[in-house]
Amino acid sequence: MEFNIYDFTSFTKWIDESLNAAMSPFWVMITEMAIIGVAILAFYALVGLFLVYAERKVCAFMQNRVGPNRVGPFGIFQTIADLLKLLMKELVYIKNADKLLFNIAPFIVITASFLAIAAIPFARGLHAIDFNIGIFYVVAVSSLGVIGILLAGWSSNSKYSLIGAMRSGAQIVSYELSVGLSLITMVVLAGSMQLSTIVEAQANGWFIFTGHVPAVIAFVIFLIASTAETNRGPFDLAEAESELTAGFHTEYSGIRFAFFFLAEYMNMFIVASIAATVFWGGWMPFHVPGWEGFNTVMDYIPPFIWYIGKTAVIIFILMLFKWTFPRLRIDQLLTLEWKYLLPINLFNVVLMAFIVLMGWHW
Amino acid sequence: MNFAQFLKTDKLMSADSLILFFIVATVLVGGAILFSTFMAPTSSNPAKFEPYECGIPTKGTTWLQFNVGYYLFAILFLVFDVETVFVFPWAVVMKELGMVAFVEIVIFFFVLVLGLAYAWKKKALVWE
Repeated sequence: MEFNIYDFTSFTKWIDESLNAAMSPFWVMITEMAIIGVAILAFYALVGLFLVYAERKVCAFMQNRVGPNRVGPFGIFQTIADLLKLLMKELVYIKNADKLLFNIAPFIVITASFLAIAAIPFARGLHAIDFNIGIFYVVAVSSLGVIGILLAGWSSNSKYSLIGAMRSGAQIVSYELSVGLSLITMVVLAGSMQLSTIVEAQANGWFIFTGHVPAVIAFVIFLIASTAETNRGPFDLAEAESELTAGFHTEYSGIRFAFFFLAEYMNMFIVASIAATVFWGGWMPFHVPGWEGFNTVMDYIPPFIWYIGKTAVIIFILMLFKWTFPRLRIDQLLTLEWKYLLPINLFNVVLMAFIVLMGWHW
Repeated sequence: MNFAQFLKTDKLMSADSLILFFIVATVLVGGAILFSTFMAPTSSNPAKFEPYECGIPTKGTTWLQFNVGYYLFAILFLVFDVETVFVFPWAVVMKELGMVAFVEIVIFFFVLVLGLAYAWKKKALVWE
């Protein structure tokens, strides 16, 4: 078996074949499920922990502070310490809270983000489930999280939680439209919803370059709308700490609270991955048509590194948003979506269709 | 599809393997909550289980009426979300169908924008 960091297909095939040689199909299935389950879990936890650390460091950088620096070198173990602390905290039930819904809510938000991760292409051959409706699936599944948020706010028996949840519901469903339409714009260009096909189609130039003006507009709208979708500042009305304490998770304590926090960061990771995949070519290297030498050098960088790099850049942009802009009021938020983004987006889809029709895309 | 073929068919490409992600997520959350339930210290006092409201006892019930605006936007959302479901398949075949698809989507969006303009004019988009 030759391990190739540029193409994981041979690696996964080798695992499958050697397992098949060793045991019966049923046990192969069980083992493979266990391998994938552990891999996904480890990846999820790692990314979650890292993003919390990164957020605190970026925040500190923006505010001219040092940030966490006590636990481990540069404070990299800070989030692990926080996690252990949260694990050892009591789980408090509020009087008169709806216990069943209160318990279910963290399960729903985490499951929604897990399901969305299933469809993200990390590198060639490193792709848990390659649906032919990939984009549609991710949009559909990631919006399930709002149910968890609404349940959390409703069941907590706290006024702050309820207001936070209602705001969050109105905001997420509104911006859902912009996320969907800006992705539709790119589906028109790609002619497919399968994420692997979309990535392959960008081998000679990422969509943001080959798609003319509509692709750029769609990218900007996607960034704005997905910031709102993930409940992050400047759209963090749902948890607006200066007015609603902590919004929908005010009454959650210990590890349950940690799961809401984790889900928020994973959602940020998911939207950043989708933006990187659809607009910036996923794991495709950066190519300039005609520059053979340059393209060869770019090909030497493994696809996984490209993918992580692009995602990290977009996550960094989203973090800068949060620490730069002041929070919007709810009427401003809804005006922005319904009177600006939505009409622009509808027009943009038609514009992209026209460009594809005329064959003006490269 | 029988259970033994679960992941065998198309090498982890089948939608059935989504169950795996359900299981992993549930195990992660459930396991951590269980661990926490047994390991965390507990204490009790009368004020601890009150809902938080700036340190004073809460007044009245929590589940009150709230602004109708939230529902208005939910209804508007429904219209446009169903529309998105229609447009996704259109987007996939747009390149093959060409001019026909383009004319159709222009008409489709025209009707939709009429609806949005109506809501706008009726001040449904104004937050009160």
